[in-house]
Amino acid sequence: MSLAQTDKYYLPQPSIWPIVGSVALLLMAVGGTMTMREIDGGLWILLAGLAIMFYMMFGWFGEVIRDSEAGRFNKQVDGSYRWSMSWFIFSEVMFFAAFFGALFYTRVLSVPWLAEGDTMQQLWPAFQATWPTAGPGLTADGFQFTPMGAWGIPAINTLLLLSSGVTITWAHWGLKKDKRGQLILGLAMTVALGLVFLGLQIYEYIHAYEELGLTLGAGVYGATFFMLTGFHGFHVLVGTTMLVVMLGRSIAGHFTAEHHFAFEAVSWYWHFVDVVWVILFVLVYWLI
Amino acid sequence: MSDAAHAHDDHGHHAHPTGIMRWLTTTNHKDIGSMYLWFALIMLFAAGSMALLIRAELFQPGMQLTHPDFFNQLTTMHGLIMIFGVIMPAFSGFANWQVPLMLGAPDMAFPRMNNWAFWILPVAGLLLMSSFLLPGGAVAGGWTMYPPLFIQGGISYDLTILAVHIMGLSSIMGSINIITTILNMRAPGLTLMKMPLFVWTWLITAYLLIATMPVLAGAVTMLLTDRNFGTHFFNAAGGGDPVMFQHIFWFFAHPEVYILILPAFGIVSQIIPTFARKPLFGYASMVYATASIAILSFIVWAHHMFTVGMPAAAQLFFMFSTMLIAVPTGVKVFNWVATMWKGSMTFETPMLFAIAFVCLFTIGGFSGLVLAIAPVDIQLHDTYYVVAHFHYVLVSGALFSIFAGIYYWLPKWTGHMYDETLGKWHFWLSVIGMNIVFFPMHFLGLAGMPRRIPDYALQFTEFNQIATVGAFIFGFSQLIFLWVVLKAIRGGEKATSKVWEGAEGLEWTVPSPAPYHTFETAPVVK
Amino acid sequence: MRKTGTRLAAWATLLSASGAATADYAYNLQAPASQIARDVFQLHNWIMLVCLGIFIVVFGAMFYSLIKHRKSVGHKAAHFHENTTVEVIWTVIPFVILMGMAYPAARVVIDMKDTSNPDMTIKITGYQWKWGYDYLNEGVSFYSNLSTPREQIENTATKGEHYLLEVDEPMVVPVGKRVRLLITANDVLHAWWVPALGAKQDAIPGFIRDSWFTADKIGTYRGQCVELCGKDHGFMPIVVEVVSEEDYAKWVAKKKGAADVAATDNTRTFDTAELITRGQKVYEANCAACHQANGMGLPGAFPAISGSKVATGPVEAHIDIVLNGKPGTAMAAFGGQLSDADIAAVVTYQRNAWDNKVGDAAQPAQIAAARGGSEAAAPAAQ
Ligand code: HEA
Ligand code: HEA
Ligand code: HEC
Ligand code: CUA
Ligand SMILES: [Cu+2]
Repeated sequence: MSLAQTDKYYLPQPSIWPIVGSVALLLMAVGGTMTMREIDGGLWILLAGLAIMFYMMFGWFGEVIRDSEAGRFNKQVDGSYRWSMSWFIFSEVMFFAAFFGALFYTRVLSVPWLAEGDTMQQLWPAFQATWPTAGPGLTADGFQFTPMGAWGIPAINTLLLLSSGVTITWAHWGLKKDKRGQLILGLAMTVALGLVFLGLQIYEYIHAYEELGLTLGAGVYGATFFMLTGFHGFHVLVGTTMLVVMLGRSIAGHFTAEHHFAFEAVSWYWHFVDVVWVILFVLVYWLI
Repeated sequence: MSDAAHAHDDHGHHAHPTGIMRWLTTTNHKDIGSMYLWFALIMLFAAGSMALLIRAELFQPGMQLTHPDFFNQLTTMHGLIMIFGVIMPAFSGFANWQVPLMLGAPDMAFPRMNNWAFWILPVAGLLLMSSFLLPGGAVAGGWTMYPPLFIQGGISYDLTILAVHIMGLSSIMGSINIITTILNMRAPGLTLMKMPLFVWTWLITAYLLIATMPVLAGAVTMLLTDRNFGTHFFNAAGGGDPVMFQHIFWFFAHPEVYILILPAFGIVSQIIPTFARKPLFGYASMVYATASIAILSFIVWAHHMFTVGMPAAAQLFFMFSTMLIAVPTGVKVFNWVATMWKGSMTFETPMLFAIAFVCLFTIGGFSGLVLAIAPVDIQLHDTYYVVAHFHYVLVSGALFSIFAGIYYWLPKWTGHMYDETLGKWHFWLSVIGMNIVFFPMHFLGLAGMPRRIPDYALQFTEFNQIATVGAFIFGFSQLIFLWVVLKAIRGGEKATSKVWEGAEGLEWTVPSPAPYHTFETAPVVK
Repeated sequence: MRKTGTRLAAWATLLSASGAATADYAYNLQAPASQIARDVFQLHNWIMLVCLGIFIVVFGAMFYSLIKHRKSVGHKAAHFHENTTVEVIWTVIPFVILMGMAYPAARVVIDMKDTSNPDMTIKITGYQWKWGYDYLNEGVSFYSNLSTPREQIENTATKGEHYLLEVDEPMVVPVGKRVRLLITANDVLHAWWVPALGAKQDAIPGFIRDSWFTADKIGTYRGQCVELCGKDHGFMPIVVEVVSEEDYAKWVAKKKGAADVAATDNTRTFDTAELITRGQKVYEANCAACHQANGMGLPGAFPAISGSKVATGPVEAHIDIVLNGKPGTAMAAFGGQLSDADIAAVVTYQRNAWDNKVGDAAQPAQIAAARGGSEAAAPAAQ
């Protein structure tokens, strides 16, 4: 390839990382299945897969970071990254939409159906459509749980995430004005808020399991509760990890006031996770 | 890997990995496009062989070759692989080869991710296919994966769910790549409304994929947790609803069927003008029609669920919205006919397949319309009428467009003309065979033969026998196709850059075969 | 609209192949035997006719062009590639045609959905792989199994006329009565369909969805399960016998008498040999589909009973799995399907058949005790 062309486009060389990632996925899927089916050795295969996956991410992202720092990413590449990050976040929105859709469907449609007309008379006598519910069968068997209240930990967590949205924006301002101290401090605070959030959520889960009887198996309320908050929590974890990387790179002197899309991408992602939480707080915790 | 990064600095022509490593590590869109296409072809033979086994079992009443459970495995795997392993990868292959060439771009926006999006597909394929060998056999719950049946099964069901996740990941990465390439890598002067229609259809397809694949991922994740982690999403005893899965699944799967046809529309819209030697009629309305189909596709999903017992208002809504799709699709059909009108037509193999596409896809569209009429669908749902419908749109639709596209671009890719005589043989045997297999299925469905059954009542015998004969004609004529492709790769009459007299567009300005690197300096489009 | 539709439909029926005069339409929907089925039949003909018309016009034009505008006959390509007027016209016309299809269709939808004022109500439950019928007004309940012998399916005997579409106990209804169906399932999705009656409804576990029909004529109508429900999905037919009102009354009386006899079985004690003979029948009707007649099951999917730890271990655990099933697997709770006597019999049979030589027996009283007299109340005996 010629010099003229690199002015406009960036074309990476052949890379082993994708195929490493594929091997990792294969091991993870096989190991995961074996673990779920309680076949011996599955866990080890799963862990091996995960380890290879992390190795791949280090290697691949490291390569990208080196290329970026070497100044190989021009405006054109920057544009590609912007488009792709936007579409990626859109795909995440749709992933959460599936679970919010399930919450909507059960709350508004199927739970009331179970408690009316022939369905109730013939199959689930005396079932009442309330929310939260563990459903007619479990309730009839005497299953009980206490729903998670909104105004304890969840409210605190809302505050934490909202503040973290502020701190990361503040860090971004710092970066744009080339104030490295503000950048690093802002990032560090965001990471800290994310970690506290995660800690509180773990505490909340333990509380749910041990004291409230609220488990994954607690009917459709338990299922939607843990899937929505769980996937959200996982996204916070991923976001925090990415923030840590950004923090490290900031300390190492990466990014310039004009050229720092990696940072922006992480902050977009973080804001997205934030917005999901607010919706979740309202629909899952508050309006029950 | 730092070596590679280093090697890059001197901008020379460096030693590329050779042998298998070339393919494992490649970041070249042409290599990746070829791999997608080969993968699809291999999977076509695998899933096609399953179809032939299905047809052989159904040749006459009584159980002959399979057991009921194995039959269900064949049906399920045939459907899953044909959709996720044949048509989708084949279209991705076309996108990889053609989108950069048509846009005047040197490669895709993210060449490494491009490689990964391909190389996780064989992983998913392996997970799916290997389950045939596991205790309990492969999945047998239908490609639609409806619970509670899908909750009951053994280990292969978990493997399938994870395989679906992986295929979804592949599609999402592939689509982000394609969208970004189209939006950000066009040659100077190539505005959106000047793009070839194939690029437009893929832009919209990629959007559909990004919007719906994550929804499928969500749905199968709920299946996974219902199976293994005690949740009750699809169990009424816990307040869930099995039908909820169907809503989420079809919210994905209806747009999915347009994912399987929009690129086909694109390919055909490239081919017909070439051989009619006349510009595509109504380019702008083609673009708008494609977009309308995509938008409408999000509000029609429950036409697959007319028999679940929805309220009348919901049935009416989904019936009307589904019928509306006939309008933009009709616009497309009329535009193709108008493109041929007063052209100067020749009938090389790509054109033959394209014409067959227009005609036979429309038959499939009409049977779709019949199914859209809720009361009629309530009679025909889950019968062979539906099987006839979707094979008309998928086989003589999607698959024929793929054949057409391969014949059309093969000279560009290999530098050799394919054997026209063999191509014509392939075409005629396929068209005739295809109709013999699938036309009688309309009658079977009307007469009341359910789908997904390994054995049937005596009155269905004749049409089933005809269909089976057709299936073997159609199936074995695909070996001709394989032969034509191999022959063209190995040699043959040299192709010019333009290949076809009436061809237009950037891809026809580069030599045949297209060099490994094209458009290193962007062409300017006026 | 509806009138013309009907007239055109009649026309299309005449056109549509040989069978128009007889009741068998090999190229169309089955001959309808209820008003709804007739409406659907005509609707379908009307839609087909419109589609056929459009097809002829569009492809008439295309094939004309293919013949006249080819290079080999020297046709030179024109250069037009746009014409707004034409494009608007061929957007609007299909839209109008669609409205002509939507209107009659909507009327049928509304009729189909109206299940009010039934003369009688039957609850239908899908099981893997049989149908259960509960006549809610008459108090009659029974199961309906495929009655085609295995040998015919395995091609060792000649197939009968109603191969795969015959059952041991058909559903019986009086002619001309509005029958409301409450449809549900016990394990996975099934769907209840009798084409000639125009009624099809998915059976969804945990939910009741209703449908209805009024049969016009006395006769036997056959259908099948039409939702994939596992291994024997292809082997769970539906037979509806439409009879006169007098015959229906006789049938109900007979059914009730049989139930009384069976009920006494649940309170008496059997000797082991008797249980084993009875148990074998129950096993073949209810269990062999999965666990196989030879007790070997299907490895990986259904466990063998022969040599099974449960079937050779303590009898309580054995009774428990048959009564209550195993949630999350295909092993259903048979407590709701089989009477105490039948469960006692099948358990005894399993403990003494094949390689299992346990030698003990279970009595109906034990089953009743295991039910704990509570929710899993025994179904009315068959
Ligand atoms: C490529 C894939 C593809 C495509 C393009 C379509 C296109 C359409 N499909 Fe199809 N469909 C499937 C793949 C596809 N389908 C599959 C795989 C299934 C089964 C899934 C399963 O259960 O396993 C299915 C099932 C399916 C059902 C459910 C059947 C059932 O299970 O009961 C319905 C019901 O409405 C339906 C309708 C339609 C309609 C209205 C269109 C329309 O888009 C068609 C529009 C086209 C035309 C109408 C022809 C051209 C138009 C003109 C010439 C204009 C003039 C026409 C008029 C005014 C009428 N399809
Ligand atoms: C793009 C999608 C696609 C394609 C191309 C096909 C192609 C074919 N399909 Fe279908 N099919 C589906 C998608 C597709 N199918 C789906 C989604 C279902 C629903 C599944 C479900 O219910 O869940 C289905 C279901 C389905 C059924 C219904 C099964 C049932 O309900 O029980 C049948 C029955 O005849 C059938 C037949 C065929 C046949 C004969 C072909 C032919 O076109 C195949 C032609 C054959 C070949 C191309 C192979 C050639 C092989 C050889 C010549 C042998 C040589 C071998 C080697 C070299 C290894 N298919
Ligand atoms: C739809 C399929 C199906 C039918 C019908 C069925 N079973 Fe089962 N059965 C199963 C499955 C699956 C299991 C395994 C459950 C598990 O995973 O432990 C099982 C397990 C059992 C076991 C325990 C075996 C062991 O060693 O774990 C017994 C005993 C049993 N069934 C008895 C019966 C009886 C009696 C009947 C009929 C009245 C019957 N089954 C009908 C599917 C079925
Ligand atoms: Cu029951 Cu299919
Ligand atoms: Cu659809």
